[in-house]
Amino acid sequence: MIEALQFEFMQHALLAGFLVSFASGIIGSLIIVNRMVFLAGGIAHTSYGGIGMAVYFGFPIFLGASLFAVGAALLIATLTLKSRHRIDTFIGLIWAVGMAIGVIFIDLTPGYNVDLMSYLFGSILAVSRMDLYFMATLLGLILLIVTFWYRDILAVSYDSEYASLRGVNVRFFYTLILILSALTVVIAIKVVGLILVIAMLTIPVYIAEKLSSSLFSMMFLSGGIASLFTLVGLWFSYTYNLTSGASIIIVSAFSLGVFLLITKKP
Amino acid sequence: MPVVEIKNLSFAYEKQEVLEDITLKVEAKDFLAIIGPNGGGKSTLLKLLLGIYSYKKGEITVLGKSPLKSLGRIGYVPQDTNVNTDFPIKVIEVVMMGHTQGKRPLFGYAKSEILCAMGALTQVGMGDFAQHKIGALSGGQRQRVMIARALCTSPQLLILDEPTSSIDITGQREIYELLKALNTQMTIIVVSHDISVILEYANKAAHVNKNLSYHDISDKNSTFHTHHTHGKYEHFCEIELLQMLGKQNCESCEEPQNRWSIKP
Repeated sequence: MIEALQFEFMQHALLAGFLVSFASGIIGSLIIVNRMVFLAGGIAHTSYGGIGMAVYFGFPIFLGASLFAVGAALLIATLTLKSRHRIDTFIGLIWAVGMAIGVIFIDLTPGYNVDLMSYLFGSILAVSRMDLYFMATLLGLILLIVTFWYRDILAVSYDSEYASLRGVNVRFFYTLILILSALTVVIAIKVVGLILVIAMLTIPVYIAEKLSSSLFSMMFLSGGIASLFTLVGLWFSYTYNLTSGASIIIVSAFSLGVFLLITKKP
Repeated sequence: MPVVEIKNLSFAYEKQEVLEDITLKVEAKDFLAIIGPNGGGKSTLLKLLLGIYSYKKGEITVLGKSPLKSLGRIGYVPQDTNVNTDFPIKVIEVVMMGHTQGKRPLFGYAKSEILCAMGALTQVGMGDFAQHKIGALSGGQRQRVMIARALCTSPQLLILDEPTSSIDITGQREIYELLKALNTQMTIIVVSHDISVILEYANKAAHVNKNLSYHDISDKNSTFHTHHTHGKYEHFCEIELLQMLGKQNCESCEEPQNRWSIKP
């Protein structure tokens, strides 16, 4: 794999892998401790609607997917904060409708047949310079937000009722976490694809949670573990000519299995 | 000025009335026990005091202001502290959640906030556990941490919802001894099911079951004739006490049924 590093696409792939791994490690930690995995899954799949619309109207895919995903995040945040009754039904609905919109817009796009698979399962070897800028900016934004508001985010995640009694704006931070999840999902689509993104957001985080004594260390350990999985996954993908996103997920899942076996109490 | 003053308060969820025409006055340094059956409105009353629910009929003032405006001076220990025990958070971080918003450094916590949190932990006897993960503590230890979190604001009023529901009997005693010590500095309101224990420590009792009946129980011997010794501790007979305290007027306090009493 070393000789592959001379290719620009491989350098981009590795860099994208690290940026996305750390973003998803940090945001995945927040998703897990706030029990939002299903919400994040809904947002990920809904963003396909944005991809379809971007293709049809001819604007950048990242922009379309981001706008659509953030819209879905705001909708889901409003629904969950307003009433928790049958919230899972509505998320399932948004999930399916988003994907349906995407498929229909791609059908309507004349003459041009997009490679659907690359969005569903990722295309890390086709990361452009623009993509890298977008990923780096988002990671910077996430780092700024979680360090500046760490104490508030921690309070809301651990005990939201108490946090609101202490004057923390719970709605604001809940919505903020969902919006950051939406943006993270969008950059992770490039690496593992929107179907597999949920595994990227959860497997490294699950392992890191068991090894951490604070949310802060959990976030960065998750990022490190995710980077390792991405690196090993990419190596498999390159060596055996396999789909990169799927390779990364299989490596992650296998490692999780080994971790569970090792840490299992006798 | 009374610490809490409730006048003719009624409260209903949707159409079902939970509290009806409640009047209550809590003076400074009182130790008030709120007792009563499940679904009788005890927790609802606490949530009204904390401004979590808003009311339509009646009036509540806490420390001279509306509940929401006094939040900074109220310490609160919520009911179930065994939730979220997998959460990767250190004891000291939980305690620091107690600080109110307002002045804060750009990142992290101020030195004064850390010192204050350590002080609160030491006060509840948990100073050595500051760097432990919250999930590694026992139920009683975790409850102490939650009390420390409430002390972080140096409150004038401390409100606890079922503080000993998941703790063994020795742990319960320890928590109440701690509250007794804290009571020299602040007013305490406790909702509790352990009536036999709580009534030994409290000087006022309010029985809430839609209506509220209020009793001054500071003089235990003249109030309760059901006080007797069985096993290790002196205790009260719960059934008689509940019947007694649930009555609208105080006749039953003055003329108790002597069936189980051993004191004159």
